[in-house]
Amino acid sequence: MNSPANFETLKVPAADAAANPAENPFVGIDQSAGNFSYDVKYDFDAGAGLSAKTIDYISSVKKEAPWIRDFRHRALQIFESKPLPTHWATRDLETIDFSKIRYYLSQGQKPKRTWDEVPDDIKRTFERLGVPEQERKFLAGVEAQFDSEAAYSNIKELVAKQGVIFMNSTAALREHPDVFRKWFGKVIPTADNKFSALNSAVFSGGSFIYVPPGVKVAHPLQAYFRINAENFGQFERTLIICDEGSELTYMEGCTAPKFSTTTLHSAVVELVALKGAKIQYITVQNWAANVFNLVTKRGLAHEEAEIKWIDCNIGSRLTMKYPGVVLKGRKARGEVLSIALANDGQHQDTGAKMIHAADETTSNIIAKSISVGQGRSTYRGVVHIPKHLKGCKNNTECDALLINTNSRTDTYPAISVRGQQHAAQHEASVSKVSDEMIFYMKSRGLTEAQAMSLAVNGFVNDLVRQFPMEYSVELKRLIDLEMEGSVG
Amino acid sequence: MSAIEIKNLHVSIGDKEIVKGLSLTIRQGEVHAIMGPNGTGKSTLAKAIAGHPAYTVTSGDVLIDGQSILAMEADERARAGIFLAFQYPSEIPGVTIANFLRAALQARLADGEELDVSTYYKRLYEKMDALKIDRKFTSRAVNDGFSGGEKKRCEILQLAMLAPKFAFMDETDSGLDIDALRIVAEGVERLRGPNLGVLLITHYQRLLNYIVPDYVHVMWDGTIVKSGDKSLALELEAKGYDWVKKEFAVANSL
Repeated sequence: MNSPANFETLKVPAADAAANPAENPFVGIDQSAGNFSYDVKYDFDAGAGLSAKTIDYISSVKKEAPWIRDFRHRALQIFESKPLPTHWATRDLETIDFSKIRYYLSQGQKPKRTWDEVPDDIKRTFERLGVPEQERKFLAGVEAQFDSEAAYSNIKELVAKQGVIFMNSTAALREHPDVFRKWFGKVIPTADNKFSALNSAVFSGGSFIYVPPGVKVAHPLQAYFRINAENFGQFERTLIICDEGSELTYMEGCTAPKFSTTTLHSAVVELVALKGAKIQYITVQNWAANVFNLVTKRGLAHEEAEIKWIDCNIGSRLTMKYPGVVLKGRKARGEVLSIALANDGQHQDTGAKMIHAADETTSNIIAKSISVGQGRSTYRGVVHIPKHLKGCKNNTECDALLINTNSRTDTYPAISVRGQQHAAQHEASVSKVSDEMIFYMKSRGLTEAQAMSLAVNGFVNDLVRQFPMEYSVELKRLIDLEMEGSVG
Repeated sequence: MSAIEIKNLHVSIGDKEIVKGLSLTIRQGEVHAIMGPNGTGKSTLAKAIAGHPAYTVTSGDVLIDGQSILAMEADERARAGIFLAFQYPSEIPGVTIANFLRAALQARLADGEELDVSTYYKRLYEKMDALKIDRKFTSRAVNDGFSGGEKKRCEILQLAMLAPKFAFMDETDSGLDIDALRIVAEGVERLRGPNLGVLLITHYQRLLNYIVPDYVHVMWDGTIVKSGDKSLALELEAKGYDWVKKEFAVANSL
């Protein structure tokens, strides 16, 4: 087995020169928030590449129960047996070299209870990302992950007193298997797709949350993710179970520095809303432009339960993510609100899946995408309402905004509604920010970039309003930065 | 006191020349009216001065206090004190009037300076009330679903909030009924003063009953063919544009 390695200081590449500003004034993503890395000593390093030995190593380090090790091994076999889904997805996936990725890396630290106990170098990273302030101001608890292992966790007394369990995946499976094992891998079976299989083999970190019956968690719970090593993949696993009548909002937002070799982020998020429960899961993703962000997210909504995904994708080289809800119980509700922004060199391949499996269930999908420069955004939606159900409703709206004429958008809605008593509605539009609109705004004193920014923010405004305040502010800032084309 | 000087301006759209050597000086405090039939270049003149990218100035100049503005982008010209009230104002979906005007005012401040929000809203409501625009409109998207009259009033609201040095009003009266016209005209009159120079572009005399101009110019075939005071507008109304055409033709043949 590889001995613990010390990393050399990783050199951050010089900020990209603006590529062809004459053709595309909106080039580049603002890297300045995530464009740094530190010389950090890693205590556990599984090496590059993936094999049964990697699995054994990860499981040993985490001191996992045998059932979990077996789960991982089976998943590895499934991962290896499945082909890349390039028959429908982009062939850019073929550029991922799985043998060069590091699948596990950690500080060897147990999660910390207070900020003061966290090692300085990790603190520096999170201070720049603003974690302490957010924790003070807004949140009931923060689980901060640094390269696979939760380096800091703090569940505020209020939440703990209510009986809420909030810990990383390793600790949760070790300390509360009775709670989590029941649902773990059930909402998203290992074999669902190649990347859920990969995650099931090497998962580490992520949040496991249980909310007891009737408990309404007042403050949103939050986690941060960050990749800080070249050729390193993030495979966090999140499982949220809201018991009957309980309510929870969970937020995840992430940044990563830019590297010249591939970075893979392949997460799995499973949500279970029992009868009458409500889960709202909010994501703002701003990975650097070399990251492959391939995520499987699905929720299971029981009778009269509600699951709402609010998903915003601004970064990454390629994002493939289709948050879904299986509407298992009568009158369950599922919703996906999605914003995607694809700039030069980016492909946002996102959408939603709504599977109706009970009477009187409703689903709502609103997807807005913005393509800038040579960015490409794709909407893929699946809505399935089978013949034997009654009184189901779906509303789908997907709007695309093209900023330059060589940006691209595709829509693949697959809506299958069978049976007599359902209502399904689908609207789609493609629009362009007109020169007249830009001139109108400039004639009021706004620069071209400010005008474009306002137009784009206006386009997504009714979705952004549904984010918690601090996120809608960050989101607007991210969009502004994209539009300015500022670089590092 | 500032002045904007239009010096022998020639403006084309593509290959076609529309404005053919127009000269005019407008000082702060003066209200000028330009009248003329369709197609004579009135709107083109206003848009070209505002910096619309589709129009090319092929010769001549536009100067504010001796400084040419032709090298400036539309937004720079706006910040230098030019305002264009559009004939067909654009819709800006998802951007509220409140946010739009706030952004426009913020853009005029120095780096690091922040607009005072409560003062801003106080001013905004004051001016909306005066223009009889329902305060609820602050949260409506700019011009989105507005009637013609509402759009024109929104233009005057922007004019009132942005306080430019020179306002070019492009057919501000078109499409308005009598009541709307009066509200819009009164709105402009309220802003009239030593700090504002106005160029009203209009077909019809009736606007000029409410906003009595200091100078009236008649535009024909891309240039100003006749200038006078407010009585010229009345003469035009009485005699029609054919009269000007004839006079111009006669003058040309001499």
